[in-house]
Formats: sequence, structure tokens, C-alpha cells
Amino acid sequence: MDGIHDLGGMQGFGPVEREANEPVFHAPWEAEVLAIMRAGGSRGLYNIDEFRHGIERMDPAHYLRATYYEKWLDGITRLLVEKGVVSEADLAARAEFFRARPDAPAREAVKGPLPAGARASWDWLQSSVRDAPGAPRFKPGDAVVTRNVHPHGHTRLPRYVRGKRGVIHRLHGIHVYPDTNAHGQGEQPQPLYSVRFEGRELWGESAEPNEQVHLDCWESYLLPGR
Amino acid sequence: MGKNHPNVDPYVVSRVRALESLLLEKGILAPDAVDRVIQRYENDTGPMIGARATARAWVDPGYKRLLLEDSKAALAQFGLAYDVLLVVENTPAVHNMVVCTLCSCYPWPVLGLPPTWYKMPAYRSRAVSEPRSVLKEFGLEIPAGREIRVWDSSAEMRYMVLPRRPPGTEGLGEEALVPLINRDALIGVAEVPPPAPPLAKIR
Repeated sequence: MDGIHDLGGMQGFGPVEREANEPVFHAPWEAEVLAIMRAGGSRGLYNIDEFRHGIERMDPAHYLRATYYEKWLDGITRLLVEKGVVSEADLAARAEFFRARPDAPAREAVKGPLPAGARASWDWLQSSVRDAPGAPRFKPGDAVVTRNVHPHGHTRLPRYVRGKRGVIHRLHGIHVYPDTNAHGQGEQPQPLYSVRFEGRELWGESAEPNEQVHLDCWESYLLPGR
Repeated sequence: MGKNHPNVDPYVVSRVRALESLLLEKGILAPDAVDRVIQRYENDTGPMIGARATARAWVDPGYKRLLLEDSKAALAQFGLAYDVLLVVENTPAVHNMVVCTLCSCYPWPVLGLPPTWYKMPAYRSRAVSEPRSVLKEFGLEIPAGREIRVWDSSAEMRYMVLPRRPPGTEGLGEEALVPLINRDALIGVAEVPPPAPPLAKIR
């Protein structure tokens, strides 16, 4: 989707603002969101592409205002409500409980004893590489042009590189296709390429001198170039 | 904390605790999961594997070749199983830098958690369209004759820059080189600075 997350080439956000001696987490709740994200993924409640698309569907004004972990919270909550894992009514009631008790730990609202058996897990971010048959359509050095498409669903082809001419730099192998995997349509693995684009092709007369951008493109994003 | 970190609405914190308590109750979130996240990312941070691999590549040409051509095998030497990293080399002719314009993809296993600036709109929007201007803000002027190669991490492949070895380190071994290598150089927004000169002897 042509959402607010697709930031490449946009203007107006000012200089890059760096924070001296930045802590790993700015507040305990950030680590809590990271733990929730991993737990939901390792339990198979969403895959990485659904997770990203959950964030992309944020209200655009909120997206720009929100901090990183706030975006995660918003996306995960959207997915878990859609999938029926939690209800918006239960969340609202619990949130009211914690608004009155800002320092209370999460377990204070848990009804009954904590279930035994849930285990922290790290390994849900499985590799996207698949051992699938089929000959790649392109080889390094081939001229290609990216498709000019504007799908309403999830895609990893950014706006700034649609309808642009590039050259295949490298084949990365066969990878899960996010455009289907984000929508419950299966992994449909296909060749993934590193494609090189000249700065002038992307930015025209406004390009800075002597720049190239490399972007990873699934085969479906590409057409033969001249 | 600047505009990257406005004071977060108490509403957000209450929504985190609400979701967390429901997932604890359903047995989806382990009771020790949060402590383990904090332990892993706040307390278990040794030297980044990215810095250690860089130092080894600087002293061992065979390892450098392996890191550039088969990073999986190269990282296995540090006990890391990671099969999606591409290491790109800075040379006098090419400067590489890494961004993720669509979200915040970053090679966590070799660099740790990303800094906030990497995840915010200013860097994500501008790194592809005006990389030289962005690098200048980081204090890095790239001569016009040197090509800038921006790697936009749009898939599950991850990128790390192999920075150039700074002058004045010729006599240093792998272990002495590691602490010189900073995270920003491995993202490609800085060079590795030469070692500080030894303190003048007090007469």
C-alpha cells in the first residue's frame, strides 16, 4: 500500500536527530512491547509480514507522531484483535485498570494464577530462505525495470523505485514472498535479487553526484529491461 | 529527550500493561519474558560481533574474503548462526551506507538494537535521496569522486558495512582493534577514527 511508512525520498522531516548516550530502552514498557512482539510471533499468532503490515495500517498522523515501540504496540494490538486473540473490550477495561495504577506490574490485573508452561522464546524470526525449485528469470548484469504498481495490500517495492530501470547485481536465493505471506495467501517463495539503480534514474536532475541505490526485489516486481 | 522521544502518553503505557496482562493470563507471554529481554539487551552486551568480525577481517585477508563472500561461515567462527547478512566493503572508491526506508530492518544479531535515529523518518526518507547531505550531518564528507552506494534493506537480507582500517593502527592486533570500531561505522554513517595518541608523558 502507498502508506505513510513508505518514506524513501520524502522531504520535510528535518535533520537526523541523534541522542547522545542513548539507553537500550527509554522506559520499562519498551522492553515489555519487545517481549510481547516476540511471544506473539513465536506462538505463531502472526508472521513477520503480517506484523509489518499491521504497522503500515496505522493512522498516518499517529504513525509520524509515535515512537518505535508505540508503533509496534499499535500494530500487534490490531493483529491480535483481528485474529480474535484478545478483544477491544477486554483491552479497554484493563487499560482503565492500569491508568488508575500507573506503576502496577502487568500481572496485577491477571485473573487467577499465572498459567504454567509459557516459555520465553527467541527463535521465531525464522529465515525467509526456501529451498524451492524453479530457474530464476534473471542473472547478474541483466537490465530490468521495476513494475509501476500501486497495490492496496502489503508490498516491499517502495514508491521511489517503481517504474525505474536497474541492473541485477546479485541473486539472493529463493525467499518467502511478503505480498502474499502478509495476507494469509501462503509463502509462495520466489527468486529475490539485489538490483542496482543509478541515483539519476531515481531522482533525475535532483540526484546527488555519483550515487547508486541497491534494493532487494522479488522476481514479481521486475520486468526485462533494455 | 528531543523530538525523537516525546513524553509518552500514559494512555500508551496503560495499553501496554493491558495487552501484557491478557497475554500472561492466556499463557502466551511467559512470566519471565520481559526480564529476559532486559537481561539480553541491557546486561549481556559485550563487544558487538560486527566489530569483532571487522577486526578479524582487517588482520586476516583470508577471513576478510570469507566475510565478504560467505558471511554465514565467517560469523559461525563467533558462534553465531545467521544466514542473511551481506557485508559490503568500503574502499577508497566506494562508500557504503545502510537504511530501511519501509520500516527499520537492521542486523540485530551483529549490531544489537538499532539507535532511534535509524528508525525515525528523517534518516529513512533522506538516506536514499540525499545521502551525501545526511552523511555531512554525521560529520562525514565524502569526496565527489567517491561513489556512494546506499543499501535499502527491503527484504530479509541484512547489510553491514566493512569500514576502512584507519591509519595509525598498523601495529595493532585483532583484540586491540575491536574497541576502536563503532556501531555507526558498521552502518556506514561514520568512519572508524584513528586511535587516540598516547598521553604525553609527564615530566
